Amino acid sequence: MATPNTPLWEVFIRSRNGLAHKHVGSLHASDTTMALQAARDLYTRRGEGLSIWVVPSSAITASDPSEKGMMFEPAESKIYRHPTFYEVPDEVGHM
Amino acid sequence: MYTQALNTSDADDRPVEDATRAAAFQARIDAEERIEPNDWMPAAYRKTLTRQISQHAHSEIVGMLPEGNWITRAPSLRRKAALLAKVQDECGHGLYLYAAAETLGASREELVDLMLAGKAKYSSIFNYPTLTWADIGTIGWLVDGAAIMNQIPLCRCSYGPYARAMIRVCKEESFHQRQGFEIMVTLARGSEEQKAMAQDALNRWWWPVLMMFGPPDQASQHGDTSTRWKIKRFSNDELRQKFVDATVPQAQYLGLTIPDPGMKQNEAGNWEYSAIDWDEFKQVLAGNGPCNRDRLAARRKAHDEGAWVREAAEAYAEKRRHRQTAQAAE
Repeated sequence: MATPNTPLWEVFIRSRNGLAHKHVGSLHASDTTMALQAARDLYTRRGEGLSIWVVPSSAITASDPSEKGMMFEPAESKIYRHPTFYEVPDEVGHM
Repeated sequence: MYTQALNTSDADDRPVEDATRAAAFQARIDAEERIEPNDWMPAAYRKTLTRQISQHAHSEIVGMLPEGNWITRAPSLRRKAALLAKVQDECGHGLYLYAAAETLGASREELVDLMLAGKAKYSSIFNYPTLTWADIGTIGWLVDGAAIMNQIPLCRCSYGPYARAMIRVCKEESFHQRQGFEIMVTLARGSEEQKAMAQDALNRWWWPVLMMFGPPDQASQHGDTSTRWKIKRFSNDELRQKFVDATVPQAQYLGLTIPDPGMKQNEAGNWEYSAIDWDEFKQVLAGNGPCNRDRLAARRKAHDEGAWVREAAEAYAEKRRHRQTAQAAE
């Protein structure tokens, strides 16, 4: 008999105060309480975090990798958005 | 972590696919780019990885059994706490790996069911018994040592989720090897009986551990595709040699004798070992090792006895969903 599927969750952990939550992996659990407990057991066995978020994987919308060119090209062609685009005379020193 | 022996690619049944896409895919691999779950990939790449990663996961889970056998009989509280933590880690490693395999489209349940049905392989090494406490030291020292040798190159595997899982596993695994070696040092410095126990464990585990790296290069038919796809970075024999060269001085330190009288150091400094009994390896992989039936029976028992927990959790989640829907409707 096939085992019924248990929902998938994505796990995010804040490692220290002042840092953002970062994706660390995923796990299966039937509800939020069990997902949080499993995330604690699975991803923080060595004091990796101060805070955990669990998010149903089905709630995530991702960009399409095949459209990555169209999606990100507008940013890549605008080199004038970076400080190195501008010339500052040597005499002025660090700016 | 223990896939080297099971690495095979599905080059033969690769369907004819869009040649342009396949060329672009190979170009990305050659440029050392990581392939991510939603990227296009050849069907054979997906299939090879699904099999390799899930077998790796099964190995971690089955690998809990030989060591779990000694948790209640560990000689001190310190050893017991360390062994318990190690076995928990193996479980964690299995779960990271199942999650990586699932990004390729297989479901966790499907993968686990294949293992329970005896249709998926796991590392041959876990079909050997742990007869004495010295076996726990030897497993940490040699089995985990061999696993690390194999896993470090996998941290640079072309498939992103697998490489990331391996980085995490490798970080955790170094404690395993050190705790094993510490047990061996303690036994080697102990009474004559303890020394004999350590030597006996080394005698029994040495050859099976060398087999963990898989068949010799000339007998391996599928290495090329995995190498071209940068799933595999070193050949079985290269990794085995690295392992032997690293291990011989450690055995010398312990004052233990590697059970290979023909072993000698060549001019290049490498330790040459005698012929490996590949028939034994084939027999164990085919299900005829000392503990194959026990291991599968233990996994099936755990799965069956846990069924009510999974059902209860699902029923509770379902009840809560209904309640929330009813409240929202009010």
